[in-house]
Amino acid sequence: MKFSLIVHASPFSAQTSSTAYRYAKCLLEEGHQIFRIFYYGDGVLVANQQIAPPQDETNLLSSWQSLAKTHNLDLVVCIAAAVKRGVLDDNEAQRYDKENANLALGFELSGLGQLAEAIAVSDRVITFGN
Amino acid sequence: MLNGLSSGDAVLLIEDAVYSALEAHQSIFKALSPDDIQLSALEADIQARGLEDKLSPRFSSVNDQGFVKLSCEHDKIVSWY
Repeated sequence: MKFSLIVHASPFSAQTSSTAYRYAKCLLEEGHQIFRIFYYGDGVLVANQQIAPPQDETNLLSSWQSLAKTHNLDLVVCIAAAVKRGVLDDNEAQRYDKENANLALGFELSGLGQLAEAIAVSDRVITFGN
Repeated sequence: MLNGLSSGDAVLLIEDAVYSALEAHQSIFKALSPDDIQLSALEADIQARGLEDKLSPRFSSVNDQGFVKLSCEHDKIVSWY
């Protein structure tokens, strides 16, 4: 079956992002397909490449990245939610005259059209909100 | 959320919501017939909170594979948070 996931919650203040990760991993292990993962609201904070958690804590950013790399996942970050929270790709850094881009490798900034498409083409859309 | 349920629906509690599966909270679910509505709670979240022995018998414990299976069995899925 074709799934898409929406991740709303901050990786720092809620369990949601890690639940979503575990669910995504299990979906793939069970042979399902993930069309897209859409990060929205505070969920976008996981796509900041500058995240440097202590070594004895789970690094959700690198977990998502390695899952995406292995399974060629489409990780889309809502551009409006991201820019507002200081998660910028090269284009946006330039547009807002910021010194650095910090969107992590494997993620892409895009709009709600990507979410609408995911909802339209997926058999199931699962929301991980908080 | 409970008012929106109809026969054949299933409810899966995850994260802190698994506390609602405790015996002490069962009055919430009294109106739901076990034959109509399947109630479950996510195993990893139950274990993380040490609630294995405290769940109401009305609830079954479901692992991640069970979560995926439930998602496949029901074509409309609503997250309440």
